[in-house]
Amino acid sequence: MKNIWTIAKREYQNYFNSPLAYVIALAIFLPIGIYFSIIMWVSSQQSFYGGPVPEPSPITWLFVFLLIFLAPALTMRLLSDEARMGTLELLLTAPVRDFELVAGKWLGAFLFVMVLAAGTLIFPFIMNQYVSPNLDKIKLISSYIGVILVTAALLALGTGISAIFTNQFAAFFVTLGLYFFLWFMVNLPADWLQNGGDFLNYLSISDHFSQSVNEGTINLGDLVYFLSLTALGLFTGTTAIEIRRWR
Amino acid sequence: MIKVSGLTKDYGSRRAIHNVSFDAQQGEIVGFLGPNGAGKTTTMRILTGFMPPTDGEAIVAGYDVVEESLEVRKRVGYLPETVPLYNEMIVFDYLKFMGELRDLPNVEERVDEALDMVAMTDRAQGYIGALSKGMRQRIGLAQALLHHPEVLILDEPTIGLDPGQVVEVRELIRQIGKERTVLLSTHLLHEAQNICDRVLIINKGKIVAEDTTENLQARLVGAERVIVRVRGEADRELGLVIKEIKGVRGVELKDEGVVEFEFASGKDLRPEVAKQVIKSGYDLLELRPLGLSLEEIFLELTNSEPRRGN
Ligand SMILES: Nc1ncnc2c1ncn2[C@@H]1O[C@H](COP(=O)(O)OP(=O)(O)O)[C@@H](O)[C@H]1O
Ligand SMILES: [Mg+2]
Repeated sequence: MKNIWTIAKREYQNYFNSPLAYVIALAIFLPIGIYFSIIMWVSSQQSFYGGPVPEPSPITWLFVFLLIFLAPALTMRLLSDEARMGTLELLLTAPVRDFELVAGKWLGAFLFVMVLAAGTLIFPFIMNQYVSPNLDKIKLISSYIGVILVTAALLALGTGISAIFTNQFAAFFVTLGLYFFLWFMVNLPADWLQNGGDFLNYLSISDHFSQSVNEGTINLGDLVYFLSLTALGLFTGTTAIEIRRWR
Repeated sequence: MIKVSGLTKDYGSRRAIHNVSFDAQQGEIVGFLGPNGAGKTTTMRILTGFMPPTDGEAIVAGYDVVEESLEVRKRVGYLPETVPLYNEMIVFDYLKFMGELRDLPNVEERVDEALDMVAMTDRAQGYIGALSKGMRQRIGLAQALLHHPEVLILDEPTIGLDPGQVVEVRELIRQIGKERTVLLSTHLLHEAQNICDRVLIINKGKIVAEDTTENLQARLVGAERVIVRVRGEADRELGLVIKEIKGVRGVELKDEGVVEFEFASGKDLRPEVAKQVIKSGYDLLELRPLGLSLEEIFLELTNSEPRRGN
């Protein structure tokens, strides 16, 4: 287990050494900052006429929505590049289990996104100064638990896909495609299906996040969904590494 | 320390090594000599737990490379052929990272010690990407030495180094080999003879010969081929004159006044040949030993196989 941490730490520090990480931080904070300003401005106009008070859930929603596009860039090279550079040979001949390697890579990316997520806490904090009574704390906590769960699941899937490919761009596009599928597409047919619609809805990330956890209602189904996706991603990655050894 | 029996590896339908068996004791430097594509890297990758064999068994430092891969990996230091390193990392941080993966106590001291062994202390704070080929090789070696491994596996450790660096690295390997088991691969005969106590010769995935360096030397000296050049045409008669001499074999008539032959034993027959050629009335222009190519060595060693085991 200590190996997971060792690998995660290196990966995490690696992000801060690469320009990509700063580009991604900018690509998250700039839209969210603009969106936040608009929310605040609109609600200050409307509150004059007794409109609704602003809420932080659009902020966390936007964070996750942006992750759909940006997370593939964070996970694409995690294992594919090790394979391309040959450094995978070092890691696979060190006393490290294949699972520890994959989990360490995932954890490194996860910690990096958590730093970004922590940064977005500034927006609810500011919001809290302007609304009375104060923001719904329980709902806010639920939203952020949602962010943690979605991040864990998305990055695990991306890490798993990165282990399959040696080309990081292949990993990028497959990961992006999978995220799109799970976010927008998987439950599109749900409305005109006789049965099975519920099941397709269950597979949708936005169903569990946008309509559930982000609105303050975490239930067991949501938890199981996100943790299963995380486990699936890590399992895929570990299996892909094992297959690489046998080839 | 290393015990390999019947190791076989297929890449898809291509057989890379076939029924490879050998062993290596503690304090022994064993050379794995063979041309490119012989299967050296494949064998080493199996011994380091990088990949499992298709068939056969290997015990390294007392553990099975498939069943107890992690235990093997804890006890082996490995320098891969391509010396993969993280270019964007600082030398010291990289070695510390590898040391932490090995759960070493006092990692930083171990890193300093390893850097000292390979004489790279002054580059500790530099980026790996800025190092020369020889320096990369030494960092790779430092990585392999960090944890004081019982077994060291080095895949072509001197390839691409300049002559001065080659001498240094060989000296280092000799030092290390006094207490530990070292298996190194090379495609250079003189390198194997120079550093190793024992040499395994591998060709097309099979071990074709195995002997101590001294015995190998004796067997190879006996196989030395010599070229004789005389003025004018070399005729059958000249061939017969040389063939008459006791101990000469493999006489071949080439064009332009050239005859080739080889010694049957370790005794140098060149003076005797010179005498006979001149006595028969030829103008001797040249009498030169031909170096042995690796291919010829294989032929020679496989031919002399019955003498094996002394
Ligand atoms: N990953 C691989 N996939 C398919 N064939 C391989 C692979 N690695 C090596 N080979 C083949 O196996 C044989 C042995 O290669 P290798 O062990 O690298 O030899 P050496 O290290 O002695 O040069 C060669 O014919 C090579 O082409
Ligand atoms: Mg090789």
